[in-house]
Amino acid sequence: MTGATTTPDRAEPSFRLPLPRPFFDRDTPFDPPAALREQAAKGPVAEVTNGEGTKVWLVSGHAEARAVLSDTRFSSDLRRLVSRMDGLTDEQRDDLMSEESSAGSFISMDPPDHTRYRKLLTGQFTVRRMRMLEPRIAEIVDERIDAMLAGGTSADLVAEFALPVPSLVICELLGVPYEQRAEFQECAAKLLALDVPISEVLTLRDRLQDFMRGLVLQKRRAPGDDLISGLITNSDLNDNELVNIANLLLIAGHETTANMLGLGTFALLEHPEELAALRANPELADRAVEELLRHLSIIHAGPSRVATEDIEVGGVLIPEGSTVMISVPAANRDPGHWADPAALDVARERGPHLAFGHGVHQCLGQQLARIEMTIGLTKLLARLPGLRLAVPAEDVPLRTDMAIYGVHALPVAWDAP
Amino acid sequence: MTVRADTSVCIGAGLCALRAPKVFDQDESDGTVVLLGQPGADDLPAVREAVDQCPSGAIELSGD
Repeated sequence: MTGATTTPDRAEPSFRLPLPRPFFDRDTPFDPPAALREQAAKGPVAEVTNGEGTKVWLVSGHAEARAVLSDTRFSSDLRRLVSRMDGLTDEQRDDLMSEESSAGSFISMDPPDHTRYRKLLTGQFTVRRMRMLEPRIAEIVDERIDAMLAGGTSADLVAEFALPVPSLVICELLGVPYEQRAEFQECAAKLLALDVPISEVLTLRDRLQDFMRGLVLQKRRAPGDDLISGLITNSDLNDNELVNIANLLLIAGHETTANMLGLGTFALLEHPEELAALRANPELADRAVEELLRHLSIIHAGPSRVATEDIEVGGVLIPEGSTVMISVPAANRDPGHWADPAALDVARERGPHLAFGHGVHQCLGQQLARIEMTIGLTKLLARLPGLRLAVPAEDVPLRTDMAIYGVHALPVAWDAP
Repeated sequence: MTVRADTSVCIGAGLCALRAPKVFDQDESDGTVVLLGQPGADDLPAVREAVDQCPSGAIELSGD
């Protein structure tokens, strides 16, 4: 059970202002790290000093996390932090703060700017629109399973299923040629490493921007029937805005669901009673998906906010200028909110988990993710009889080194037809 | 019981339309909440779930 990398001595700061490494090291694949559990026991809002000597207020309580995420006095503009980060060259700082770098990146904006951009997109991700995609998503899932069946009785579920399914879906939705996935998947994989240094962030960002700029220019000349073309035709976004928005949707649209499909399948295989319950009652799929989202909480490094004034949360005063990090894994297992929080229970009554966040930044693509997970998991269990791990569970490589948790690979086998 | 919906704070996450589709829908253009009607007694559990999960506090259930 490796996969964790040791943090090298480095001259420049990491981009993510992460918590100390033990907050990401796992002693079991599905439960929050021991260091995080100990921190949560200190209180729902408590200070952590990270390896670089900077302090982070870690919010581990469910109610407190909701309070922070729905209070826009906690700003999402993390450039406020970058601007005072030590170890950056002036050039790097200017680069990160430039219009080209940040245009349209509404994930790092506060209202009203955030609202303006988000409203251009919300109509494209409604429950109704996503339901219209169901038949096509089912087709994509079936094609991937057909390919796995044609290849024999074993496969790496991440490479053959969990990553391709959401990548194919988001590519089709955005109008990004799937054949070009090597470029954006490689950039995303490197960019999402927990200890990615700033210089590499800038290089990878440039590569992704070049990739998407080519596509945007092509669609300006010849618009197609896709989301990016729709934004070009129906909004007055400039090219920098279009490029950054499209890249955000592309990366957020495949890395997240891919890891929920991979880790979610792993969790079900390691909880045979839950797997059997879901197989026997496919109508539980809806609850099972919400429970896997809660139980696994793959966003394990943030979201982060900056306090724009002194704000009291859960009886603790957070001073203006503080970095505040929400711990989704801790909040989703807060014993003050959830009964028997450590149990994976596919029949658990749905509750307000924070897997998609909360407040104005709550995941734009959550209805798409739910459908992909529901169809993906249901069909996997129905079509691969005897699905099981092909290696001991402790040999499954965990993504403890990545901003989005999951498994790097999931070797599985199934019965011959 | 009366449901109120405030489109000025709604962020179009769609949880209400997902959980209580008889009572809530989403605007085609910006995804914000559309109130289809007041809930009957049968709809209340779904509406409570929607209110509980709404990320922006845009919907509210009140009265007795």
